[in-house]
Amino acid sequence: MIKDITLGQFFPTNSLIHKIDPRVKIILISVYIVFLFIAKNFGSLGFMTCITVILMIITKIPLKLYFKGLRPVLFILLFTSVLNVFYGSGEPIWQWGILKVTWNGIQTAVFVSVRIVVLIMISCILTYTTSPTDLTDALERIMKPLTVFKIQVHEIAMMMTIALRFVPTLLEETDKIMNAQKARGADMESGGIVKKLKAMIPVLIPLFVSSFNRAFDLAVAMECRCYRGGKGRTRMKVLKAGKIDVIAVIFSVIVLAGVIVCNVMFPQLTVK
Amino acid sequence: MSDILQVKNLTYKYATGTPFEKTAVDNISFTVRQGEFVSIIGHTGSGKSTLVQMLNGLIKPTSGKVFFNQNDIWKEPKKIRNIRFKVGMVFQYPEYQLFEETVAKDIAFGAKNMGLTESEIQNRVESSVEFVGLEKSFLKKSPFELSGGEKRRVAIAGVIAMNPEILILDEPTAGLDPMGRELLLSQIRQYHEKQKNTILFVSHSMEDVARISDRVLVMNSGHTEYFDTPENVFAQGEHLKNMGLKIPQITQIMNTLSDKGYHVGKGVLTIEKAVEELLTILKK
Ligand SMILES: Nc1ncnc2c1ncn2[C@@H]1O[C@H](COP(=O)(O)OP(=O)(O)OP(=O)(O)O)[C@@H](O)[C@H]1O
Ligand SMILES: [Mg+2]
Repeated sequence: MIKDITLGQFFPTNSLIHKIDPRVKIILISVYIVFLFIAKNFGSLGFMTCITVILMIITKIPLKLYFKGLRPVLFILLFTSVLNVFYGSGEPIWQWGILKVTWNGIQTAVFVSVRIVVLIMISCILTYTTSPTDLTDALERIMKPLTVFKIQVHEIAMMMTIALRFVPTLLEETDKIMNAQKARGADMESGGIVKKLKAMIPVLIPLFVSSFNRAFDLAVAMECRCYRGGKGRTRMKVLKAGKIDVIAVIFSVIVLAGVIVCNVMFPQLTVK
Repeated sequence: MSDILQVKNLTYKYATGTPFEKTAVDNISFTVRQGEFVSIIGHTGSGKSTLVQMLNGLIKPTSGKVFFNQNDIWKEPKKIRNIRFKVGMVFQYPEYQLFEETVAKDIAFGAKNMGLTESEIQNRVESSVEFVGLEKSFLKKSPFELSGGEKRRVAIAGVIAMNPEILILDEPTAGLDPMGRELLLSQIRQYHEKQKNTILFVSHSMEDVARISDRVLVMNSGHTEYFDTPENVFAQGEHLKNMGLKIPQITQIMNTLSDKGYHVGKGVLTIEKAVEELLTILKK
């Protein structure tokens, strides 16, 4: 069902990674993604994979959920692997017409796929362990320097918070309305694309109507509480970096060192 | 009377395999007879809505079976739509499902999906509008310019227009004013008397349930606690209270009197019956 979408979902547990300051977490996760592209050979990529798996275990979130997060990109993954396998250079080990498979192609395909999978896993660690509000709060803080360029950082962050906040509500509501129309015999499963799109009208109209109503209510409620934008607004929960954040940074520096060492130590493992 | 609906070891789990896994309905079995008026009560979150959504195949049970006229409804998953026409379902807050340009078109949506002829649809729209007590003049209005209570009626009419063998109503009176509730309730009862079909009625109003139902199904945290006549169920005053439910005021008074040693019956549901019982002990 529609609710099975896990990308961008938050799973609260009491792990150490959940406790890291969201600003630090966003920056470190971006840094890890950079590491992933610094990794040049199978040695350093393997090292990064191990680190990611260890991080995933530390989060105390069932590994199954991480694999669920992979599902939406499965197609892209397959597509790039197939392309890579056939586009390699060097001696063909199998040939059929213009299609040829080379040792280099297979290696590239594996390398790129592992890289994509690890990339998704790392991003999942961030979104699974940080609540959406923390995430946008942290983004607002990180982007603050951009106000110099007259970018409305607070407004953007507020819009993101609201949007994220209403994603589950909207999904729930879609589900409810779909069920209500199915109970009246609406047929949403069978037929071609045109028929399926047409069958969505009874769902979309009520959904739009209630979304507009909700947006209107929310705006009124915010104004009633004297919301007037970001100027002069203070926070109830001020983000503070602590001991665990220092540890996280130190850990990341060690990982960076590890990646560089692996890059230098195993030149024979680079894709040939 | 024959059994129209049979439920065997029904279980439903939300979000299976995640940390949020939740058993909303836990191993429930019961049988409903043709023409019966069954009420379902239980505290908020006891699994009433989840249970009724399984009865017309909107959600598939995690385990267990639902039999409609002795046939397993999931035997042929492709034909589940036919079950939905026979087991009509009015959702909690059904006014959010309206979408057509006019009330008439919206009521006709279900009947149209059944593939009925134009004139048959017309007939059904007219008779169902009458059943829920709406004026004919409403038919041409847009559903979005009606009041909450009127929308509710339109939504109910849309399901009645499919002429289902079983009608499920999930808290149809929630959020209506006392007058509106009374009216809707009496219309539901009239509909039941005229059509002689089976009704499952989910409600939080014990007074309504006591007056209207043949049998009452009491749910508590996903289990069935009782499935019996209203008299027998409401005689269990203390027990129901522990489950976060109330009993009708008059029943409460009579139960207390009985506990204090007066010779009156427990589970008295109406004021008339109570007066009768009190007069007999006063005469003695
Ligand atoms: N879509 C869902 N996802 C996860 N859990 C759900 C979902 N819907 C309901 N639940 C949970 O299942 C349990 C039963 O819910 P249900 O809606 O059946 O209760 P109910 O008896 O109808 O309550 P109410 O009287 O408030 O309508 C609740 O604890 C609820 O939190
Ligand atoms: Mg409910």
